[in-house]
Amino acid sequence: MIPLSWYLVFSAALFSIGLYGVLARKNAVAILMGIELMLNAVNINLVAFWRYRTPQMIGGQAFAVIVFAVAAAEVAVGLALIISVYRRRDSVAADEIDLMKW
Amino acid sequence: MTTNLLIWLIPLPPVLAFFLIVLFTNRSKTLSHTIAVGAALLSWLASMIVIFQAINTDKFGLHPFTSSIPWLPTGTTYLRIGVLVDPLTAVTLFFVAWTVLMIFIYSVGYHNFGQPKGDHDRPGLQPHGANISDPQGFKHRVLSIEPMYSRFFAFIALFAFGMYTLVVSDNLLTLFIGWEIMGLCSYLLIGFWYAKPSARAAMIKAFLTTRVGDVFMLLGIAYLYTATGTLTYRVIFSQPVLNTLVNTSSGFFGLSAAALIGILLFIGTVGKSAQWPLHVWLPDAMEGPTPVSAMIHAATMVSAGVYMVIRMFPLMSAGFQPGHLTPPMMAMAVIGTFTAIFAATIAVAQNDIKRVLAYSTISQLGFMIAALGIGAYVAAVFHLVTHAFFKALLFLGSGSVIHGVEHGVLHTGEEIDPQNMFNMGGLRKKMPVTFWTFLIGGFALSGFPILTAGFWSKDEILADSFAHALPVFIILALAAFLTAFYTMRQITLTFLGKARTESAHHAHETPWTMTLPLVVLAIFAVAFGWSGINKEFPLLGGLLPNFIHDFVGSTLAELPEELVFSYIPLLTSLVVALGGLFLGWWVYRDYKAGEVDPVQKALGSVYTVLKNKYYFDELYDTIFVRPAVWMAVIFSSLWMDRKVIDGILHWFAHITGVIGSFLRNAIDKPIINGTADWVGDTTKKIGSLFRTIQTGRIQQYMILALVSFAAFSALFYYLLILAH
Amino acid sequence: MTPVQILFIVVAAMTLGAALMVVSSRNLVHSALWLIVSLFGVAVFFALLQAGFLAVVQVVIYIGAIAILFIFVVMLTRKIAQDSGPRFNENWVWAIVVAVVVFAALVWILMGWQGWSTQLAPLGPAADPLRELGIALVSPNAYVLPFELASVLLLAALIGAVMVAWERK
Repeated sequence: MIPLSWYLVFSAALFSIGLYGVLARKNAVAILMGIELMLNAVNINLVAFWRYRTPQMIGGQAFAVIVFAVAAAEVAVGLALIISVYRRRDSVAADEIDLMKW
Repeated sequence: MTTNLLIWLIPLPPVLAFFLIVLFTNRSKTLSHTIAVGAALLSWLASMIVIFQAINTDKFGLHPFTSSIPWLPTGTTYLRIGVLVDPLTAVTLFFVAWTVLMIFIYSVGYHNFGQPKGDHDRPGLQPHGANISDPQGFKHRVLSIEPMYSRFFAFIALFAFGMYTLVVSDNLLTLFIGWEIMGLCSYLLIGFWYAKPSARAAMIKAFLTTRVGDVFMLLGIAYLYTATGTLTYRVIFSQPVLNTLVNTSSGFFGLSAAALIGILLFIGTVGKSAQWPLHVWLPDAMEGPTPVSAMIHAATMVSAGVYMVIRMFPLMSAGFQPGHLTPPMMAMAVIGTFTAIFAATIAVAQNDIKRVLAYSTISQLGFMIAALGIGAYVAAVFHLVTHAFFKALLFLGSGSVIHGVEHGVLHTGEEIDPQNMFNMGGLRKKMPVTFWTFLIGGFALSGFPILTAGFWSKDEILADSFAHALPVFIILALAAFLTAFYTMRQITLTFLGKARTESAHHAHETPWTMTLPLVVLAIFAVAFGWSGINKEFPLLGGLLPNFIHDFVGSTLAELPEELVFSYIPLLTSLVVALGGLFLGWWVYRDYKAGEVDPVQKALGSVYTVLKNKYYFDELYDTIFVRPAVWMAVIFSSLWMDRKVIDGILHWFAHITGVIGSFLRNAIDKPIINGTADWVGDTTKKIGSLFRTIQTGRIQQYMILALVSFAAFSALFYYLLILAH
Repeated sequence: MTPVQILFIVVAAMTLGAALMVVSSRNLVHSALWLIVSLFGVAVFFALLQAGFLAVVQVVIYIGAIAILFIFVVMLTRKIAQDSGPRFNENWVWAIVVAVVVFAALVWILMGWQGWSTQLAPLGPAADPLRELGIALVSPNAYVLPFELASVLLLAALIGAVMVAWERK
């Protein structure tokens, strides 16, 4: 009843919204939130493909599990970095962290 | 060694002497003159041997000594050069060898060998005395040794080489080589005292004037070679060749080839033997030392000019019909006769002892050339030989006189010209040997009968001219009269009477090195004439064979016939000789110091013209010298060289500068530099522009990356997928 | 319109709306909370796709750990969260363009794929995805290695985070 296309469109939309958040938000934490959205969209995609195309291959879900783990690790490190940067520079605005410029 | 080899070796010792002196012995005066005199002696010895053998050869004229080698490769043949001793050469060698040797010995004394070095003497100036003190402490000035002693001997040795080469050569090429070497030595020796401005001017004048003659002579030689393909005398004088030359037309003035060549060669003689109009250099050449004047300008070099036309006589007279002179002979007769009388008139008004002798030389050479011009071959040769002896004698004698007077000048400190005859007088008693030898020479020049060689040779010329060309006879007789007159004038003023100046009073005889040659030459001046006595001469004819006539005459293909004896020329020559001598003595016998010259009194304004040599020097100066100088200084140097050529060069430089600065400022700086700078600047600007991309803000990098990715994906999608 | 479809649409709308609020909320704490809503919606989808284990893991890990972590960090960087200022940087227009383009491109490319309209195939009575997943994650023939590596990764991340955020005196 629900074709695969609905899931795909949904995950594409969620991905785009996450992308927008990454590109447009000033606050670094907000950027990380956008990244989380994108990862979630990816997960949806993976599981949808697993269920619709190859339900017998459990690799789809396994992949999604690994993605969970990676996302968690990445958030942890990222937030640690943000805290470190905040301590040094008193700011978490992404466009104020621009030392590696011309 | 064979005679031919000996002939080749005759010119060798003097040139060796030249090189040895120049390269090695220049510092040692003794060594230099020893080498030079030794070389002259060797050449003299070789010449005497050759002449002896020549005389002893039967019919020598038909079998002369010849030897030649191929020398210049010219396509298929060789130009041959070599030596030839025929009767003419033998006689010429005789007087050349003797006069050269005598003059070399004389030079040792003339340049005061053995005297101390002068206190202010410098190379390039005449030596003027050294102060010496007697054992008693008495100081006086004496003649000092010539500073450039060795140089003199080197040059006269080179000159002797040139003369010997000219005499023994068998072709016109080596003759011309000897001719030019002598011209060079004449130049060097006239200007021997090169620090004197008058000597420098004289040396250039001599060289350039003879050069004019030499150019025409070279043209003649070139034409001869082109017409015949050879320069060897014996080939040219063969009948077929002469006939060809006579019958070919040269294209100029209707002359045949033989005539044109003859005239061109004769012009060479006009220059070298100082005939009118190229006579102007010889009197000025008296600036050189007296041995030079004797050797070069009396005995040998000027004689070489006459020798050459005598040698080329078969060519000059090719096509001769009796009573009808060929063009070269006509030219010779006219110029010779004119020069004889012309120079004799000038000599009458000269005061310098050497100048008189110089004009006398010009006049006597005119006699010889006139004789040749009318076909008196033997007479010309005879007079050439006798003239060499007595003219050399006269010049050497004058040198001795000048030395004596100079001694007096140094002794007394007077400032007079030691060469001016009017400052002399009474030297008969002070310098006896010089006096007697000079007297013999002067009498020979005047043609004093019987006892002097000059009589016999001059009489021969007068006889020949009487028989063949009466106008020539009359003019030559007149010239002979003037010759006797000015000679006696010279002798009287110099030797007779009383000393007119203190210096003349204190003159004394010169050393043996100078008087010995005078004596030897005087012997020849007396005795040589007896070798040419005409068979029909009253009383004396027939006593001795007419050696000159037989021997020299055999040089020509046909022996010239001996003249029919006539009393008229004999009487004329006696009258002019004795009359002129008497008149010269009589006018000047009572001359006292300070008086006006009697000749000047007699001739008035004519005297001034004569004294100024008919203003020929001034004429040549205006016609030739000034335009040449103008051409050189104003036209060539100033206008052409500095204004036009330099102007063009400067213009080029200016244009180059203009172009250069244009290229630099209009092209190099704006365009090339500009482009390079523009590239650099633009790169910097683009760089500056692009580096703003690196903001350090990650989000912007991401946006950029995603946009580029989208764009490229679209592009590739279009190209790769849709285009299929 | 079957009920499942309606449910799908509702949950999708909720999730997307929450996501929009996440990226555009001025207050960071609000963003974090909206993120929780969004993550919950994703969990529902997991459940719809019969990946029950993942749905639970999503809730526990993402919402329980990660979102909480976000809230902690927001607290720790409070000073900045207070003064809001503009929440979007200067390139927000480009960001919108990029996002839209990416979405459109993805959809458009996928529409050309032949599996676009795959329908749901029933799993079958004996299929037990959970059990299979469990076995797969620890089976040497399957995915035990990535699984172990993932745990090493997490260890590394843990140590790294501690090191980075360690406050030096």
